Order: sequence, then structure tokens, then C-alpha cells
Amino acid sequence: MTFKTMLRRSLYTVLIAALLAFFAVPMLWLASAPFDSDPGVGLRWPDWTLDNWRVTFSHPYALGSLVNSIVLCAVATIVTTALGTLAAYALSRVRIPGRDALLYVLLLLSSVVTGTAAMVPIFVLMLQLGLINSQYATGLVIAGGLLPAAIFILKDFIDTVPRSYEESARVFGASPWQVLRDVVLPVARPGIATILVWAFVQAWGNFLLPFLLLREVDAQPAAVLLRTLRDEGGSANLTVIPVFSLLYAVPVVALYLFVSKRYGFRFHGGIKA
Amino acid sequence: MIELAGLSTVYPNGVRAVDALDLSINDGEFFALLGPSGCGKTTLLRTIAGLEQSSSGTIMLGGNDVTRVEAGKRGVAMVFQDYALFPHMTVAQNIAYPLRVRRASRQAQQDAAVSTSADLGLSALLERRPAQLSGGQQQRVALARAIAMSADVLLLDEPLSNLDARLRLEARTFLKRLQRDLGLTTVFVTHDQAEALALADRIAVMAEGRIRQLGTPKEVFQRPADTFVANFIGSTPMNLLTGTVRDGFVEVAGARLPAPAPSLTDGAPVVAGIRPEYLRPATEGITGTVSIVENLGVTSLVTLECPGEVLVGLTVPEHEEPAVGSTMTAAPAPGRLLLYDGETNQLV
Repeated sequence: MTFKTMLRRSLYTVLIAALLAFFAVPMLWLASAPFDSDPGVGLRWPDWTLDNWRVTFSHPYALGSLVNSIVLCAVATIVTTALGTLAAYALSRVRIPGRDALLYVLLLLSSVVTGTAAMVPIFVLMLQLGLINSQYATGLVIAGGLLPAAIFILKDFIDTVPRSYEESARVFGASPWQVLRDVVLPVARPGIATILVWAFVQAWGNFLLPFLLLREVDAQPAAVLLRTLRDEGGSANLTVIPVFSLLYAVPVVALYLFVSKRYGFRFHGGIKA
Repeated sequence: MIELAGLSTVYPNGVRAVDALDLSINDGEFFALLGPSGCGKTTLLRTIAGLEQSSSGTIMLGGNDVTRVEAGKRGVAMVFQDYALFPHMTVAQNIAYPLRVRRASRQAQQDAAVSTSADLGLSALLERRPAQLSGGQQQRVALARAIAMSADVLLLDEPLSNLDARLRLEARTFLKRLQRDLGLTTVFVTHDQAEALALADRIAVMAEGRIRQLGTPKEVFQRPADTFVANFIGSTPMNLLTGTVRDGFVEVAGARLPAPAPSLTDGAPVVAGIRPEYLRPATEGITGTVSIVENLGVTSLVTLECPGEVLVGLTVPEHEEPAVGSTMTAAPAPGRLLLYDGETNQLV
């Protein structure tokens, strides 16, 4: 090994280490700070204690907000996955003029619908419908924003399910519902699982919509409550935030691991018979 | 018994894939729909299955009019070209699927899977998934699934085309035995004339949505009804030579051959059709220079260059190959020269 290659390799290693540290430090903080008697914004070996957990659990809104988040995300995820799958199946199989244009326009508009531009009309609409402070209604609005992208991705998956599968089932006497349940859904399952997790993560991390549509503190989800966790002096409440952040991360990681193990992820279509 | 009367299937884009077709297929018959791609044979099969809506005409199955009956309620089973085995189900689940659709009991599904798979030599594979099977095994699973439906009619779309050449011959023999043992009315689609000749009791040669010729493999091979069928059937292309009739002889490729139909008027333009297999070396007949010799195994295909830049092919036994450049004379075997009308291309 020459000096030059050695130098190149050490520089490379240092660069990778720096990059890894950049991403690893917050993770290590998340793992250690909840158990530290005096958590700060820096990283250090914790002075072990469970006091932070006791304080967080006795916080008036912390646990309630996590439950709110779960309700909100369950509504958004189920609606997005169920309607997205059915719509994608229909759009994949029925030939209508301008189908692709429709899909692209929907995709384009979806970023507007739940984006900042439409916030005022959405707020007014929900206010007049009396749906402010309802997690279900907020979940539906989020689902509305996620659906175009979900349909777009799922259509790609369902396009790769050969028609002969469905025709074969039809010849054996299967009803359209049986074709969907026995053939299309199982074959498109990795795609559906991907959309399920994606929709959950999107809804879980959504701040703007719940912030606007859920005005009562006890109706707010975790993503919104996190912003209000301050002590009397107005600075960040570092007793509650680390534990709360860790709890906030758990459902997403758990869902990912569960779905990945059970269904397998794929981010592209294509099946091997 | 399948009876089609005036059946047409027109696609939304106006293509008449099946055009006013009449056909009846007998009980227990192994029937081939043969033709080049785009001739409407697959559409016809799909129309019988109910996967395509016919535009006019009627389909009768076993005496019942099923023209407007939806797929799956016609008593017709079908095996698709790609077999369409469900990748997420085991072999047993695939075979039992037709019973599952009808909500048969779990026990009945199990029994059907076990007994049908035993008939097709699949007993050891019941717990496998389609991806773990060879092409030939996949085909047998697809057949087993169609048989498990206990339908009156079995439709096969290009049953051998997804297999490699070696396996194809094996599967062909298997298919023929299976059909004979089951006695099931079977219609299959193929673009491979050898497959149709080998398997079928009767063949319908199709072109442009119509039947050009209907007959047994022997009839279709020995007496093609027109030049299209003549050109399509046979592993070596038939010699189709334009010529004229004079004094009861056909003048073709610089030779005079005795005409098989003496009633023809003098000077009428004709196309003489002779299969290379039916041309033999002779002292008198078509004379030409040997330009190409192709080895086909037991025989060799010799191409003769005849006067007027006409090419004539004939097969010779492997040990009688002529030298390239030598002169050779060949004559059709008795009764093997066919004449087609020069204008209508129909057999005279």
C-alpha cells in the first residue's frame, strides 16, 4: 500500500465517520436524555434516573396527545389505504380517456389541497361544518391530501398484476369482489403495505393541519403538543421533551418493523410468478 | 357440443376480430384453432369463454344459448397462455380455487386438490408455490385447476408456447393422452401448425376472423383449400408455382406436368402447389440447378433454381444429397400435385 492510497483511505474513513456522527448524535441523545437526571441539549453519559418518565406521565396532556395522534393517524391511514387501493384498481383496469392526465392533475393539486394555500378555505369549511376539534374530521382532511399520491403509487403496483390472473378467476366463476379479495389484493400486498406505512408516517408527522383544525389543547396530537412543551420561564421543558420524543417515535418504528416483517416492503411494482 | 352461428366480435376500435363465423365442435373432440397472429383465434376462444362480448351471432354449449351468459357461469374452463397461476397460493390452493369460488367445503377442496393432482403426477408438489415449479409443472397445475372445475368444455390458449422446445414435445404427448383419457371437449389455440397437426382431431385454419379451412389434420395437410392454407401448413413451405394450363398439362417452372384436373380450360392461369416432401427425383419433370442444401436431420431440403428464376424446394433422404451446382430433375408423387385457381387462389 502506497502512502497515497493510505492517505486517501484515511481521509475517506474520517469523512464517513463525521457523516455518521452527524446522524448518530441526535439518535444517541434520544436514547440517553430520557434517562438522564439533568438532560441538556448536548450529548453526555447519563446520570441514570426514571424521574423524567414520572414527570412526563403526570403531564396533563402528554399521554392524551399520543392517543389523539393514534386516532387521527388510524383514520387517515385506513381511509387512504382503502380508498386508494380501490381507486387505483379501478383506474388501472378501466380505460377512460385522459386517465393519465387526471392522475397527474390530482397529484399536482394534492400538494395544494393540504398545503398552505388552501388552509383558509379548509378552516372555514370545517368551521361551518362544525368539525373543528374533531380528530376524525382532521384525519379525513389529511387522507384527502394523501390520496392522490397513494392512488398514483398503487396504480403502478396494480398495473403489474397480469390481467390473466383476474380473467382466470372470472372463468372459474369468481365475482368481482372475489377477484379483488382472492387475487388482486394479495398480489398487490407489498404495495399496499408500503402505502399503509407511508400514510401513517405522513399523518403522524403532520403539524399544520392538526394545528389549525384542532384548537383545544386536549384534542391536539403529539406533533402539535410537542411545540407547547415549555417550562414556566418559556424555555424548552427538557424534562418532558426527551421522554415524549422517544414515545413519539415508538409507534412509527413499531409499525415499520411489523409491516416489514409481515408483508415485506417494495417501492416498485413487478411480480415473479 | 359447441355451436357457433354467425358469431362476430368487434373491438371498440372497429377491428372485426371474429367475422360472422359458423362452427360446430363435437362432444369429446380435440379441436384446434390455427392461424397466424392477429387472425382472431384467441379472440374467438375468449368469446367462447365469455371474456369478450360477442357483437352478433349465438354461442350454444350443450344445447343452451350462452351468448349473454357471463364468464364463469358457462361451464367452460380455460388455461391461459401464461397459466395465470396465483403466485400467493400453493399448488393445492390453486387447484382447489374453482371449488373455493363456489364455497365448497374445505374437505371437498382438499379432496379435489388431492385427486386431480394425482391424475397429473403433481402429488409431491401440493405445498409448493408456483414460483418453485418448472414450466412443465406449472402447465400441469394450470391444467389440474381447469379440470378441477369439472366443466364440460376446456379451452387452452397456446398451451405449449411457454415451454422450451424439448419439453414441448413431451407436453404435447401428455396433453393428447390426457384429453383422450378425460374425453373432455377441448378447444385450443395455436399458431404452430405442427402442434395443431399433432394434437387435433379437427383443425380450423383461420385468417382475418374467418375460417379458411375446416378438416382433419390429414385433409388440411394433404389438400389445403387455398394458397393461404397451403403456405401456412407444413414445416417446410409448400412450393407455390405460377403457371398455365395447356392440353391437359400444367406448364410451370419450365416443365410440363400432367394436370390433375383435366377439365381446365387452355391458357387458364393457375398456381401449382407441391410439398417438398412429395417431390421425388425423376427422369422427367422439373429440372433445375441445385443451389442450396439444408440438412434437416433424416432428410435434406434441396433448393433448385429452375428456368425463369423460379425456386423449387424438395426433400431428399440424407444419403442421397446432390452436390451443389449439379443438375437435378424432380417430379411430384402421383396424386400430390394440387392446382389453385390463379385468380381466386382456391383449390381447383
